[in-house]
Amino acid sequence: MAIPTKYPTEPLKCWPKAKEIRQQYYKDYATAHDRGGIRWSGGAWAFDAVPMGLGDDVHVMTGEPYAASIAFDRKFAQECQDATDARGWARDLCSYMRIYWGSMYLNRFFFGGEFPKPDFYYQTQICCSHAKWDQEAALYENVPFFCIDVCVGPYETLDEDRLNYVVKQLHDSIDGMEKTTGRKYDDEKLIAAVHNECRSTSLWAEICTLNKAIPAPLDEKTMFSLYVLATLQRSSKQIGDFYEELRDEVKDRVARGIAAVPYERCRIITDTQPPWGFLKIYRYMEQFGVVSVGSLYTFGLEGIFGDQEDGSWGPRKTPQQLGIKIKTREEALRITADWNLSRPQWQHFYDPAIKTRMMLRIYNEWKLNGVILHLNRGCEGLTVGSSENRLGLVKAGVPVMTYEGNMADEKEFDERRTTSRIESFMETLGLEQIEAARAAQAAS
Amino acid sequence: MIEKFKEWYETRHAYARQWKERTGGKVVGTFCTYVPEEILAAANMLPVRILGSHEPQDVTEPHIFGMFCPFCRDALAQGLKGRFNYLDGVVLAHSCIHFRQTFNSWRIHLPVQFSYYIPMPNTVQTPHARLYHTVEVEKFKKAIEEYTGRPITEQDLDRGIEILNRNRRLLRKVYEYRKLDHPPLTGEEAMYMAVSSQFIDKEEHSKVLEAVLKELPERKLPRDAGIRLMAVGSENDDAEFFRMVEAVGGTVVIDEQCAGSRYFWNELVPNGNRMAAIADRYIDRPPCPVKDYPGHSRFQHVLNLAKDYRAQGAIIMQEKFCDPHEGDNPRLKKYLEDNGIPTLSLEFDSTNPLGPFRIRVEAFLETIRGEELF
Repeated sequence: MAIPTKYPTEPLKCWPKAKEIRQQYYKDYATAHDRGGIRWSGGAWAFDAVPMGLGDDVHVMTGEPYAASIAFDRKFAQECQDATDARGWARDLCSYMRIYWGSMYLNRFFFGGEFPKPDFYYQTQICCSHAKWDQEAALYENVPFFCIDVCVGPYETLDEDRLNYVVKQLHDSIDGMEKTTGRKYDDEKLIAAVHNECRSTSLWAEICTLNKAIPAPLDEKTMFSLYVLATLQRSSKQIGDFYEELRDEVKDRVARGIAAVPYERCRIITDTQPPWGFLKIYRYMEQFGVVSVGSLYTFGLEGIFGDQEDGSWGPRKTPQQLGIKIKTREEALRITADWNLSRPQWQHFYDPAIKTRMMLRIYNEWKLNGVILHLNRGCEGLTVGSSENRLGLVKAGVPVMTYEGNMADEKEFDERRTTSRIESFMETLGLEQIEAARAAQAAS
Repeated sequence: MIEKFKEWYETRHAYARQWKERTGGKVVGTFCTYVPEEILAAANMLPVRILGSHEPQDVTEPHIFGMFCPFCRDALAQGLKGRFNYLDGVVLAHSCIHFRQTFNSWRIHLPVQFSYYIPMPNTVQTPHARLYHTVEVEKFKKAIEEYTGRPITEQDLDRGIEILNRNRRLLRKVYEYRKLDHPPLTGEEAMYMAVSSQFIDKEEHSKVLEAVLKELPERKLPRDAGIRLMAVGSENDDAEFFRMVEAVGGTVVIDEQCAGSRYFWNELVPNGNRMAAIADRYIDRPPCPVKDYPGHSRFQHVLNLAKDYRAQGAIIMQEKFCDPHEGDNPRLKKYLEDNGIPTLSLEFDSTNPLGPFRIRVEAFLETIRGEELF
């Protein structure tokens, strides 16, 4: 049997910086009050540019990445979920939510000390679980909850009335935040935050687009640690600056033919959050020469995409790139509302056919050989319509494998069964384990 | 006359087919109870709520992953099995993510002439929901006009509004009788009555309601009411369960669920702007948990019902995997109990284990009776 091509690989130079930003983020949140600052919590899909108008000392902790961090620590994750179950909440609810609540109920912060109580919760209402999550957390912590309803249908049907509905709520939320914090809102800070939000999410889309290259400069397992920065606080200048640096490095990798997976010979995407405690399944696939170049999840949870001049899919042009100068609060809010409503990962909430179209686009443009769908029992929001996605992909001739699991509750993931399914899928794709790849992993 | 509701419930598909044949009108499947039926009634259409069958279903696995609620899968199964093949159109008013899947799979695999999604606000507590929804109701009206090729006049709308309001008014009147020490109708009968209004021609349904209202003052049930209970939940049209509860010493005297009172509780209040009044009616109705943000405005309504109807206990009927209700229930349970209403929480599937449920209901009733002793 012919030995597959081995591409050169090298670690990402900016990797330590990503780690450092993440660690500092949680530290800043925990200590914000010590410095007279403000803390708010909510979802990674909250309009995070909006609270930035309250000052430079406003710190956020988004719930999903916090819970995902805990998911890596199976023991604490279980303790948190047990604490939530003990209060009568259903075990099938969002596992991120159950972990976050558990950490709150136990009054234990994963990064040390007591659970830092936020000054308010700020969230969008698109996922049934998301909104309940912060409703309960705000009640428990006895702090205000600002909830922005974004259920205005898919972006392709957005009109002025629907956009106005979201914008008006954003205005109200600013009034509410001013009352809650006693601070005067600074529109200039909002404008800067919206600028950075658009910049960082367009940059992330650009980075994902660079993964169309063969060999792929990034693998999904690595991307998980990079996209997460946008889920932490996409409107911060620091994240935008980091993504610029990352974009330049990934461009350089493409130019030099640096691969993420040395024996790349099969390209796939996955779907939804992975079972965080079992990312080794990605490493296992690498033994077959498989690289997961991403997913609609890693691309479009935060990355904002648009049609390019050549008809392909890539980063949406930012207002700055279009020469739009934001001057007022109203303009800033309209831009952030429109920008967020175009998020790829919000579209399937209305129609799985839109997601199937996006996945087929990725399949063709990223030159894929198959798709693996994680039927994620831990996240109703991202698993909505997955079965119809499977049917749509299969109808289009795409090889598809599914596996059941849970992003953060290990009790609902069967590792052996999943690897068996992967083996079968590899067989259907005509792939055998590459001995050199297996040996290299064993040695590392 | 009250038996008519059960008959309708059991023969709903035959009824819709006959209605279509008899009137030549269009039948529109409604997904969730937030569809503004006033518009459909104004256009002489028959709104038929898409419901499940409570039979074991085996056809939805390829379409909806098993972690989603049994109701959304059961409802889709009815479509896939061809039981709703008389529908001319389908409409969804933005609901929970579970039931949106039913609508979307329906649109993909069961094409109909008319399909429409109404982005009904999900945070009905925001003051901006009213204007926004008014515009969306107007858009829906236009879509119906385009589909039928006939304008909906103000007179049509007034007629549609009155058809719906009359039915709501009559249902409320019947519900008043459930406040009596010896309610002249059972919870099971009330369930058939309320849920059948969701798929029977409202004018026909209202006529039967009027006849029932004449009979009720004289109607005596050959049973003791026993413990007065409230049913709280979502789409709970599980007749066998209600029958069982009422066979072991309880009577369901009030409900707070979308197969019952949440559907018809509030009337439309005319305000000079028909579209705004229709929008307001759905914004102001007792909310489904999926729309109840940022506060739990629903809890006070549930408690008010329990008090008004003198419920001695509440059965919280939790549809398995229903996140919006799961996100309310522990706090709702505590809220009721803190206000002196004992609760029993049960998890429901399409088919249910009546034996174990009976044991739990009996134990619950015994507990309540025990409290009465001391």
